[in-house]
Amino acid sequence: MIATPRPSRNQSRSVLLNASGICKHFGDFTANDDVSFSIGEGEIHALLGENGAGKSTFVKMVYGLLQPDSGQIEWRGQPTVIRSPQHARELGIGMVFQHFSLFQALTVAENIALALPPGESLADLADRVRRMSAEYGIGVDPDARVHNLSVGQQQRVEIVRCLLQDPSLLIMDEPTSVLTPQETGQLFDVLRRFSEAGVAILFISHKLEEIRALTERATVLRRGRNVGTVDTAGQSSKQLAEMMVGDSVGDIAGQARPDGQTTALLEVASLVRPAGTAFATPLRQISFAARAGEVLGIAGIAGNGQDELMEALIGEWRGRDADVIRIDGVDITREGPSRRRQLGLGFVPEERNGHAAVPNMTLADNALLTSHSLGRVVTRGLVDADATRAMAAEVAGAFDVRLPQENPMASALSGGNLQKFVVGREISKRPRVFIVSQPTWGVDVGAALSIRTAILDLAASGSAVVMISQDLEEIFTISHRVAVLYDGALSEAMVTADVTPERLGLLMGGSAAAAGLAAEAQA
Amino acid sequence: MISLTPRKEIPLTLTLMTPLVAIALTLVVGAAIFGILGYDPLAALYQFFIAPVSRPDQVADLFVKACPLIIIASGLVFAYRANVWNIGAEGQLILGAMAAGFVALTWPNLPGPVMMPAMIIAGMLGGLAWGMIPALLKTRFNTNEILVSLMLTYVAVLFIDWTVRGPWRDPMSFGFPLTPMYADAALISRVELPGIGRLGQLHWGVAGALIFALAAWFMLSRSILGFQVKVMGDAPRAGRFAGFSPAMVTIMVMGISGGAAGLAGMVEVSANIGQLQPDISFGYGFTAIIVAFLARLNPLAVIIAGLVVALAELGGDSAQIALAMPKVVTGVFKGILLFMLLAGETFNRYHVTFSLPHRARMQGDSDA
Repeated sequence: MIATPRPSRNQSRSVLLNASGICKHFGDFTANDDVSFSIGEGEIHALLGENGAGKSTFVKMVYGLLQPDSGQIEWRGQPTVIRSPQHARELGIGMVFQHFSLFQALTVAENIALALPPGESLADLADRVRRMSAEYGIGVDPDARVHNLSVGQQQRVEIVRCLLQDPSLLIMDEPTSVLTPQETGQLFDVLRRFSEAGVAILFISHKLEEIRALTERATVLRRGRNVGTVDTAGQSSKQLAEMMVGDSVGDIAGQARPDGQTTALLEVASLVRPAGTAFATPLRQISFAARAGEVLGIAGIAGNGQDELMEALIGEWRGRDADVIRIDGVDITREGPSRRRQLGLGFVPEERNGHAAVPNMTLADNALLTSHSLGRVVTRGLVDADATRAMAAEVAGAFDVRLPQENPMASALSGGNLQKFVVGREISKRPRVFIVSQPTWGVDVGAALSIRTAILDLAASGSAVVMISQDLEEIFTISHRVAVLYDGALSEAMVTADVTPERLGLLMGGSAAAAGLAAEAQA
Repeated sequence: MISLTPRKEIPLTLTLMTPLVAIALTLVVGAAIFGILGYDPLAALYQFFIAPVSRPDQVADLFVKACPLIIIASGLVFAYRANVWNIGAEGQLILGAMAAGFVALTWPNLPGPVMMPAMIIAGMLGGLAWGMIPALLKTRFNTNEILVSLMLTYVAVLFIDWTVRGPWRDPMSFGFPLTPMYADAALISRVELPGIGRLGQLHWGVAGALIFALAAWFMLSRSILGFQVKVMGDAPRAGRFAGFSPAMVTIMVMGISGGAAGLAGMVEVSANIGQLQPDISFGYGFTAIIVAFLARLNPLAVIIAGLVVALAELGGDSAQIALAMPKVVTGVFKGILLFMLLAGETFNRYHVTFSLPHRARMQGDSDA
């Protein structure tokens, strides 16, 4: 279903930026095909689309990082060629990127000074930052050192840096992907105040709930083409998702709790791991049990011990104590990954390239990667190439992995397709315990849906699933219970249906006490 | 500014062309150097590349020369594929020759069917043991295997020198640093071709070398062991995820490459020399490194690469004899070949882009 663009409620506002017929090609690949887009002064407008739909390409042209092959951009009614980011800033276009470019060792004011034309003293600049921060409720301290700031605060530094250049259009590229729900809420408040002050905001996202909460209109891109601009208020998340995917999106029903207390298949008791390097997070007394038939979600912001926990569960890192990790009552604490797989574990680590898969090897070889110890494809030390090929083809068929050719290199697959392959590779072995980190990271909506459905089907068949995820929507959609990892320590597991996003957010931010209070207040 | 950016896709034709272009450039640069040194470049290239293979028996000798190179390089391929840099094949070759020599000299009366296998096994174990030293030091104490394996080569050279001058010297050698001659059962015999008879120095070790390279190719491409080696070299983190142990792979590939070098030492002595002496290798262990890279770390291509490099070696001898060219020029020529191959490898993987340097705006600053 495609909604026809409706006249905006904001017709009284004058049009700030109008792009029409924008095309951009990279070799044979068409990134933008006849894209039209318009934003009014003070409007909050979403640019919505799956990975690879052409959102980033489009905003890069608006910000002068790329030049369109054809089409026209009008700025305040004047046809304009935006030559460079410098030129864009002079026009009044600012952009906050997904990845920050801040010097960790410098203060906030010093970082901001580096981006501004020279001539202003640091003290004057700090004053301006303080005033602006107070005016919009941003809460940025110009004297703080960046490495002491949380990710959300660093993002606000980037925003202040843009605002000091007095933009009339602020582009934000996936700003909430690194934030807790509380931080997201604060960011939205700040953005609404900008909008009231007349700053237009172009907000790129693929998170539908957020778009409905924040924006007035959304322009949806699909495979480089504009599929329509809609009033977000009149659309359900499902309708928006269908516009994005171009297909009807199935629904994952809210998860019923498995009946009663099923058996614990995976038990972890007081897992302790000292930090290996200065940048690693030590694991502190982590205990949990994953029961048959459930998906246990492990929420948390990146860098709180997810990688370290995953390595310990896979067996890439092994402790010396006995009886820390058990599957079906069997102690596997000191067993390596191969033995753990033989006992019925399956793993999908977060990083696809170079960890879950070898990019420069074929899918058949990548299938062999996690099945060589299972006794079907290796006999007397020799690899049965036909069997590994058949296995890879079977996984590709069952999990809708689109292949550019027969048995391609893993690097020839798109991120979403490779993710479907590595998840499918493990699920097709029907593991008793399936441990997966960030199952749908960087994956389009359609692929994410099929991966989540496969995970739920596996749990329904009686396996236990442990899902480490930073995506709260994912945690709430498919996990039956949830625990929060913060600074290497894991909270009690809670039934997901009984937990509010606020409480989870507080735990993710490290305020266990506050989370407790919030829970009491609800009671 | 010159910057290298990785190619997204490397066309197969480019991959196949690279070594050919490198060899062609070596010829051009080599000819230029010969010219500068006052030799007729064309005559020199003729002596290097045509003269050594102008008769059938000379072609046979080419195979004989390539034999140790092929054996050693087939082993080194495993180490280099796994990103383990065994530079000490020369030392491992010497220890292999000594271990096999120990068998031949201690039990000279063993019958042929026992002697040969025993010497082959001893040779491989000798090289393997010498390779285990850098392997264990690396896995246990994280030492650098390049340094340790290279330095152990000099230890091996001094060790064989002392052995053949001291405890193992033949009392009948008139003071020369030589062991007694091996018994016949300990010698590798010449090949008798039907209707032709012996052809040059062609011995059965050459057939062994070809079989060895084929076996190495089969292991690397079909066995789970070869798979481990490739995964560890390509993506070590994925290797650990698969349950492979980096330490085990290091020990394995050092064992394979050391064992292969030891076998080459045994073959070289039993087929060509017949006794131990201070110099049993002409730097085969180092030259084989070039062979392995020229073959792009593929054991089948090692056979061809071994022949090409052996030709350059024989050509050096021929140029020394015919043109009175100094020996070091051969070394320079081999160096150019390796340099061109490595450069070709780099250009194969990366695009090169040239751009003008950014002019630093220093003047305005210094005025302030």
